[in-house]
Amino acid sequence: MDATTLLLLGQDSLISGAIYALLAVTMVMVFSVTRVLFIPQGEFVTYGALTLAALEAGRVPGTAWLLLGVGAVAAVLAMTRARQTLTFLKAIRILIIDVGLPALLLLIVHWAAPLKLGLVPEMLLTLALVVPLGPLVYRIAFQPLAEASILVLLIVAVGVHMGMTGLGLVFFGPEGYQTSAFSDAVFELGFMNISAQSIWVVTTTAALLLGLYLFFEKTVSGKMLRAAAISRRGARLVGISTDRTGYLAFTLTALIGAVSGLMIGSLTTIYYDSGFIIGLKGFVAAILGGLHSYPLAAAAALLVGTVESFSSYSASAFKEVIVFTIIIPVLLWRSIFRPPVEHLE
Amino acid sequence: MSLLTVADLSVAYGRIQAVQGVALDIAAGSIVTVIGANGAGKTSLLNAVMGLLPARGEVTFRGEAMARCPTEKRFSLGMSLVTESRDLFTTMSIEDNLILGANRCGRREIVQRMAEVFARFPRLKERSTQLAGTLSGGERQMLAMGRALMARPQLLMLDEPSLGLAPIIVREIFHIISDLRDNGVAILLVEQNARAALQVADYAYVMELGLVTMDGPASQLAGDPRVIESYLGFGGADTNTA
Amino acid sequence: MKPAHAAIALVIAILAIPLAPISDYWIVLLDNIGLYSLVAMGLVLLTGVGGMTSFGQAAFVGFGAYTTAVLSATYGISPWLTLPLALALTGLAALAIGSVTVRLSGHYLPLGTMAWGLAFFYLFGNLEFLGAHDGINGIPPLRIGTHDLFDGRSFFSVVWLVVLAASVLTTNLLDTRVGRAIRALRAGTIANEAFGIDTARVKLIVFVYAALLAGLSGWLYAHFQRSINPTAFGLNIGIEYLLMAVVGGAGHVFGALLGAGIVTILKDQLQDILPRLIGAQGNYETIVFGFMLVVILQSARNGLWPFILNALPPRPAKPLVPADASLPQRPKPSGPAILDVRGINKHFGGLVAVNDVSFTVGAKEIVGLIGPNGAGKSTIFNLVTGLLRVTGGEVYFQGNRIDAMEARGIAALGIARTFQHVELAPDMSVLENAAIGAHIRGSAGLLSGMLRLDRAEEKRLLGEAARQLERVGLGAYMHRPAGSLALGQLRILEIARALALDPALLLLDEPAAGLRHLEKRALAELLHKLREEGMSVLLVEHDVEFVMGLTDHLVVLDFGKMIAKGVPAEIRKNPVVLEAYLGGVV
Repeated sequence: MDATTLLLLGQDSLISGAIYALLAVTMVMVFSVTRVLFIPQGEFVTYGALTLAALEAGRVPGTAWLLLGVGAVAAVLAMTRARQTLTFLKAIRILIIDVGLPALLLLIVHWAAPLKLGLVPEMLLTLALVVPLGPLVYRIAFQPLAEASILVLLIVAVGVHMGMTGLGLVFFGPEGYQTSAFSDAVFELGFMNISAQSIWVVTTTAALLLGLYLFFEKTVSGKMLRAAAISRRGARLVGISTDRTGYLAFTLTALIGAVSGLMIGSLTTIYYDSGFIIGLKGFVAAILGGLHSYPLAAAAALLVGTVESFSSYSASAFKEVIVFTIIIPVLLWRSIFRPPVEHLE
Repeated sequence: MSLLTVADLSVAYGRIQAVQGVALDIAAGSIVTVIGANGAGKTSLLNAVMGLLPARGEVTFRGEAMARCPTEKRFSLGMSLVTESRDLFTTMSIEDNLILGANRCGRREIVQRMAEVFARFPRLKERSTQLAGTLSGGERQMLAMGRALMARPQLLMLDEPSLGLAPIIVREIFHIISDLRDNGVAILLVEQNARAALQVADYAYVMELGLVTMDGPASQLAGDPRVIESYLGFGGADTNTA
Repeated sequence: MKPAHAAIALVIAILAIPLAPISDYWIVLLDNIGLYSLVAMGLVLLTGVGGMTSFGQAAFVGFGAYTTAVLSATYGISPWLTLPLALALTGLAALAIGSVTVRLSGHYLPLGTMAWGLAFFYLFGNLEFLGAHDGINGIPPLRIGTHDLFDGRSFFSVVWLVVLAASVLTTNLLDTRVGRAIRALRAGTIANEAFGIDTARVKLIVFVYAALLAGLSGWLYAHFQRSINPTAFGLNIGIEYLLMAVVGGAGHVFGALLGAGIVTILKDQLQDILPRLIGAQGNYETIVFGFMLVVILQSARNGLWPFILNALPPRPAKPLVPADASLPQRPKPSGPAILDVRGINKHFGGLVAVNDVSFTVGAKEIVGLIGPNGAGKSTIFNLVTGLLRVTGGEVYFQGNRIDAMEARGIAALGIARTFQHVELAPDMSVLENAAIGAHIRGSAGLLSGMLRLDRAEEKRLLGEAARQLERVGLGAYMHRPAGSLALGQLRILEIARALALDPALLLLDEPAAGLRHLEKRALAELLHKLREEGMSVLLVEHDVEFVMGLTDHLVVLDFGKMIAKGVPAEIRKNPVVLEAYLGGVV
């Protein structure tokens, strides 16, 4: 392996590592706030990339219809769950938010899509379509199970993954798409080329991670999320509703997932089911980091990116095998250094 | 007028009845204590009043029925509970814990309330940037009470505030409790340290196996031979009454 | 109908169905249901009974299928000869994977299964000798005599006889000494370890058993399809297997059959109907499955089998035949210090929970450990029983040093205990919970249990459990689920379970909490009687009067330190003790 290859692989590692880091960090956040191991995180990546691809092609993306449908389901569920205290005004409010807004978005997209407004407006439109799915998914699938065990929530998450992948096929079709890059520029640095796109990905990731850090450390909302993660009961005792922190966590997850999709969509072809494996690699990183530490998760994500890049070069057929088995030594380490009996006092 | 009225309250875990048809009443600005042995249902009672546990029966706070009211709503109406495990945000600083206690207030309001809490618990001020998880048992109890007071509750419920604390700290905590009452905060105090609780309280209830078996002015119960024998005495005869 | 008669009837039915005028379509569907049921049955045991969720069972199906495919298609070995090899390989793989996986706690376990589930999928798809993504074709059919089982109809009886055998063996397994240990896993490891059960080993047994069922299904599948490729062994299929177990009812063996039936038929119908409705190709059934999983967990967490069970007439509890022989008892110890605690310490991080505590318990002695809440009493219990490790100091029991021993080894020496926070399996009957106490007095293993060779020992174990229940006054509740008892009764049940171990030393953590006056008196009488029979007792109790009237010696703790030691009359007057108990006065 010569130096050029090495640098190329290094660049590759950094890009995929950055994306896995975003996913890993949000998975740690969702898990600690809601105890949900959010397997379908990768689906937001897919939805983000494929929605942008449709808008670029001047078509109305399937997510516009999907959002309306999911909103309608959420509205019906919200009204049945609150049927004993439901007033006319409350029902109207639910309908406006859950059905009215998605319908409005659908109209806007119908008008805007054929105009091909350019990358930035299309990206914003993509986020407007994909991000609300996060809190809606939380409301439909997880909110009624807020007191269930982590295991039950995990199996539900797997159910949500199945549903979202299936819906992805319905609304995006089986074909793969690649979106255009933020920039096609390439910089020559000594003997290697660096694409502007890779700089974009890395700086966006860094900015998002920094933003998350500031959100958690400096804002009251961020502190509320941290509080709910540390002690759910403690949070309830100071008036922090677990429903609200759940919405917030899932909104952030969908946002970060969709942004990752916007970034990755120009680097590789995305199919309706591509997100799952991407998300799982973020998960591998989150687990390697112990599911509790954000910096460890991000560092582990870089490791996963590196292992992936280098193994795809030297043992391409076994790339995935290698990536998913690096979790085993960590698990082994955990099992060896486990105290004889867990959770006593 | 009563601040809190509990009527016919029952809590069940599966088929186990932890609280059975309990009634109690707290006037504004008074200290009411519930004493009883481990497993008598005292903690379940507090948790049910706060809405942490599903319960049957009526809880009326400031004239409003609390049925179907989630914990967060009861909190914003002026109820605060300091649990036996304290439930602090252990990996956050003392200051952040207090800020979260008043998370719906503006910054200026938070600063002012925090100053009040620090005035009451000077020890917390000295360590305001320290992580809550590194505090000693007594400091944790103070922080938990301080966090609850940030919301300026009308009713403060304390579950075993003396648990695991050295006698000198217990004295300090009980002193603060009676001082809070003098400032108009009603207190519902659950204690195993019956002697201390009866000394500070205005009114007392005795719970056994999920039932209230006795109640009366605290000074009167402190003199009741049955209470002395079961909860206050270390001496006395070998025979015990149920 | 006796079970044996039912089995014969089922065998006849299984042999007759292929001859009946049922369309090939349904026969093949039933074949598939049978194949899937085997895997789902393993999952029921693993997930529903043992509490270990696996998304990776499809990989074990792959082990079974690929082993026989390579050996029979590539090397021409007879399928019947490859069966033991396929099972052996699957079992070995499960042993290796399981020894890592089952030690993982909580949610790490299913995540681990997901990781290796995916890794094996990609491995199958990339290994040349397994045919890579194309898989292996030309696998020979099963052959009985000269008859090749080419079609679904001739295959039917083989599959379903295997399913029947697996159901019988699995049901038997759950009703044995090992089965009880498996079923108690979900309630937590602490109590099991304290009664001498090696929980890690029990988990591994279940894991390998479930994998073997999956491997068996894979072996059948390979010879049924006669061509295999990696897609049948991927994570998505692993998730579908779990769906079957969840839908059917993860706690019931027959839930597996129900779940496999529902999911298989639904998948088949949906693959047919949905594309026609929507007008495009695609695996739309995954949407329905996804929603099904969510809805079932939200509204019927125990699956659908319990609904069927409720509709059936309830089965009366098996009458307990008194055992003709009872279990051997250990000789009662003698001496002034059968338990000797020497200067033990326990630190949790910076907190000193137990600080240089020494005391002894003599033969036929009842010693009380008292002190305010948080004084370290329960910690001492956990140190003596090996659930926690001492930071310093030594503990001897009948001359053996036990402070570095595992909890289950200490139990085997004859120390039994109860827990302050009741540690029982709420879904198991009172009798079965008590029988957990007698676990180490039996020796029957997995196989003898599955083949019903353990009945004599089983009768003695249950008889012992029943005897102890009668003794503590819970005889009338024997066949009720433990979760239906009141808290005070649960504490008494814990005592019965401890007595079933035939202990030389009994440790009771707040046994009188939640008891009424008369019940307390009965408990005191029981403890006096046990002492007369030669047992020693160490107890933690809050009710001072109860302790004073009962014990020979008292040890008083405060903030982890021993502040007094002596006979009750001395302790009552000790000023240091009075200060510790009453010091919190304003």
